[in-house]
Amino acid sequence: MDPQKDFDQELKDIEAKIAELKLLAKDDSVRFGTEIAQLEKEKADLETSLYANLSPWQIVQIARHPQRPLLRDYIEGIFSEFIELHGDRRFGDDAGLIGGLATIEDRRAVLIGHQKGRTVEDNVKMNFGMANPEGYRKALRLMKLAEKFRLPVISFIDTPGAYPGLDAEARGQAEAIAANLAAMASLEVPIIVIVTGEGGSGGALGIGMGDSVLMLAYAVYSVISPEGCASILWRDGAKAPEAAAALKITAASLLEMGVVDDIVPEPLGGAHRDPQQTLANVKDALIKRLKKHARFSPKKLVETRYEKYADIGRWKNWW
Amino acid sequence: MAWFRKRKNKHGAGEGLDENLWVVCPDCKTHVHRDEWFAAPKVCPKCVFHDRLTARERLDITLDPGTFREFNPEISTSDPLLFTDGKESYFTKAEAAKGRTGLNEAVVTGSGKLDDQTVTVAVMDFRFLGGSLGSGTGEKILLAADYALRHRRPFIVFSASGGARMHEGIVSLMQMAKTCAGIARLHKEGIPYISVLTDPTTGGVSASFAMAGDIHIAEPRALIGFAGRRVIEQTIRQKLPPGFQTAEYLLEHGFIDLIAHRRDMRNCLSRILRYWKR
Repeated sequence: MDPQKDFDQELKDIEAKIAELKLLAKDDSVRFGTEIAQLEKEKADLETSLYANLSPWQIVQIARHPQRPLLRDYIEGIFSEFIELHGDRRFGDDAGLIGGLATIEDRRAVLIGHQKGRTVEDNVKMNFGMANPEGYRKALRLMKLAEKFRLPVISFIDTPGAYPGLDAEARGQAEAIAANLAAMASLEVPIIVIVTGEGGSGGALGIGMGDSVLMLAYAVYSVISPEGCASILWRDGAKAPEAAAALKITAASLLEMGVVDDIVPEPLGGAHRDPQQTLANVKDALIKRLKKHARFSPKKLVETRYEKYADIGRWKNWW
Repeated sequence: MAWFRKRKNKHGAGEGLDENLWVVCPDCKTHVHRDEWFAAPKVCPKCVFHDRLTARERLDITLDPGTFREFNPEISTSDPLLFTDGKESYFTKAEAAKGRTGLNEAVVTGSGKLDDQTVTVAVMDFRFLGGSLGSGTGEKILLAADYALRHRRPFIVFSASGGARMHEGIVSLMQMAKTCAGIARLHKEGIPYISVLTDPTTGGVSASFAMAGDIHIAEPRALIGFAGRRVIEQTIRQKLPPGFQTAEYLLEHGFIDLIAHRRDMRNCLSRILRYWKR
């Protein structure tokens, strides 16, 4: 097993010990009180040193953390109503990319997003959040619905990538993503995108063009997975930590390159350490962005979005 | 023509076969007379294998002689990540590609006449870093699309690419969005956009402008797909059927309008363009 994968194991051990002592302390608070306080302090110090200088590869581990909030957590915790709408009206319904009508505070919107599962069973059904063409086509249908109903689109991104399967190819994975990009470029309602976990290449971008693209502090977004890049360029998948650093896939790097517009803060060490706080931060950020883009006319929205994307990698911008 | 040089090295000078007179088809290994090979061009008369063309070769067989005017040849690679894979930097790699190909980027764009109809074209060159989509590539395609829009000229793109250029990281991925933003404007303003998919058109290029055309034309047996064969085989743990991800496969599955032999391509484009009422 990769030793880096459990870089916060020491912290987990202390937390377990504190929990244990707290149970004992119920019976004998005098005896364990100081010991707990001592451990709590150790824990705080460790947290600060551990999370102050995370490597990109460690951030990848946080972005993929099994306890990290998933789309369903955001839907339940942030939206007062969600009416799921199924199917692409062409082939089927993709459980790995879902969508529907959603209300956030007093604002109505169309929500789309990758859905990962927490159990093996769910993940088989949801394909670990790797969408098939019918997922992208369902998202397209719902974005067109948003346009007709004059509702903003909120897109949650958390996927290792679009599904690389035989059937996905047969049904036109490439065409499905391409069609979404062209449609998102000209959609006449606001699109707010948030990368909450893994932003996996074309599979992420397929629902990822927006007027505002936000990223959680420990999310990653990359043209290729660090493992994939390492196996191609380093000819060794184990060099993923090096590839993760070279690819500049963290929120801070993407903000610097102008690919994302803002970083949504996470609790120290990652969203899984305080999901409620994370949800509150995401909610605030979404509402702020919804308000911001609601002011613009459809024409202005599309023009501004065009300029935004035309500007990414503008010749001579880098020099 | 790397394969051609390779063969020379293998056989050496004293082989007796006139190296300049015969070409061996990379696919069926038939010896084809040089004149016949380049007349097609670079198509095997026996097995109809379409060998890859350089951007210049493609322009030469597509446009009316002397009508091509190139856009932005100065646009070159950028290195937003200052990327290095430990052995070689992207900068060095890109410089080598420039020296080898005489190009500054993986695409040549411009305006010209096709059978007397003025068109805007973008032609990718696989020799340049596998025709990968970098920021310079995306910029040139967007500028060409923008030119087509302003002058109301049909836009034709010949793709030949392995996909996004990972050395440019997320900036490369965003070129998919950027080029599609340009294509979306053509769709909205009623300017024809014809995508010609040549061998190979995969990954981020197939999942963006190459598959967003009004009409999709492919060359025979061109490799076209989203994910790489190896990745798919590892994912589904089974061998892929023969002919998977070929132009013929995509035609059968409804993602290509038609397949045109290289010698008919120009005529095919010309006939289609005549259906557009400006």
